[in-house]
Amino acid sequence: METIYVILITTIKTIIYFGVLMLHVAYATYAERKIIGHIQLRLGPMVVGPHGLLQPIADVVKLIFKEDIIPYNVDRKIFTIAPLISLTAALSTFAVIPVSENWLISNVNVGILYVLGIAGIGTYGIIFAGWASNSKYAFLGSLRSAAQMISYEVALAMSLVGVILMAESFNLTEIVNKQLEYSYGMFLIPQFLGYFVFIVAMLAETNRVPFDLPEAETELVAGYFVEYSGIRFSLFYLAEYLAMFCMSALATICFWGGWTVPPFLLTIFPFLGIIPGIIWFLIKVYFHMFLFFWIRGTLPRYRYDQLMSIGWKVLLPLALLNIVLTSIIKYYW
Amino acid sequence: MGPENLLRDRYLPVLIVIVISIIIGLVMFLISGFLRTKRHYTLKLTPYECGISSTGYTGDRFNVKFYIVAIAFVIFDVETVFLYPWAIVYKKIGFFALLEMYLFIFILLIGYIYAIGKNIFNWRRD
Repeated sequence: METIYVILITTIKTIIYFGVLMLHVAYATYAERKIIGHIQLRLGPMVVGPHGLLQPIADVVKLIFKEDIIPYNVDRKIFTIAPLISLTAALSTFAVIPVSENWLISNVNVGILYVLGIAGIGTYGIIFAGWASNSKYAFLGSLRSAAQMISYEVALAMSLVGVILMAESFNLTEIVNKQLEYSYGMFLIPQFLGYFVFIVAMLAETNRVPFDLPEAETELVAGYFVEYSGIRFSLFYLAEYLAMFCMSALATICFWGGWTVPPFLLTIFPFLGIIPGIIWFLIKVYFHMFLFFWIRGTLPRYRYDQLMSIGWKVLLPLALLNIVLTSIIKYYW
Repeated sequence: MGPENLLRDRYLPVLIVIVISIIIGLVMFLISGFLRTKRHYTLKLTPYECGISSTGYTGDRFNVKFYIVAIAFVIFDVETVFLYPWAIVYKKIGFFALLEMYLFIFILLIGYIYAIGKNIFNWRRD
């Protein structure tokens, strides 16, 4: 009886959560084009609807109606399943991500491990896509992407060890609550080194500029999804944006105090407490999304050898240094 | 609600979310399958290669460095796997945990320095 109740409640919650999430993803693509447009002194999408506001909907309709081309020499089974793996991995990470105090699907006690583990599965989708496509561009793109993602996954995972040391928990809700015990209310301040490593690794993990070598339009056309078209292509696209939201949410929860307001700010401006937690959470997530777009509008792409040496020779030692420093400070505190 | 059941209350929802994610992907395939155009011909179905006809098998050979990076990844990922539970119980165990983990990181650091000396992370040919 209770099992049925849990199933029912979770299904309803998930559908609402995913509905809102999909809307966010759709408008993130719009925001990206608009923001980058304005950075480059263009207007961005303007035609569909007022200020191009209906552009994402037009895009979705277009992608659904597009022809699905499967080249004759691909490995059909893997080619078909690859976008599904990417999407599933990207979507299921949100099962444990709390949006506010009481708004989450499941309060799993190993939240961080789950998010990192499931996000890592997304790499399989990319490798499968590149391998099954049997096209040189796709293959090179997927090789690069796989090497890049596993390289930066180490730095990403290690940058979070500092947070776990301070929070003494894997549970994302507990990590947020632990940050309230400090007057500054966020781990960003003691963990600035970890935050820096996390932000750089997050850009590389989601294959964004300046680490978008797997897609590198000028040399690899589109990287691992060269051969994909129509709805399959849009599933990869969706997965990329979902991963961006997932990483933004993780950065918000682990470093920015999630849905809480820093206590010192509350004592100065008591009226900030009226604003519901979910708004704070969304503002912080939007900031990180903006950061993605801002960096895309600002920085050129790295070369592959630079990418690898940044990951292994700079970020990894920095993350280790952060762990060592945090553990020493934690010992004497 | 009765007493809390960890498996049912915490992990069953996660499974449901994963299943729903798969269903969402499949439904999108299905909707598109009904609506999209299907006009295939041989030339359209050739693999993309900037207009030149493709030769040879793709997955033949690639740079061995990708393998070496993958091996390095396994080593450091296992290190992370050890660091995570250590970070949780660090405060409870205290000084011993500190010493133990530094020893562990130090041993790995030797391997790391060796890897750098072997130019594993250097992709330029010079």
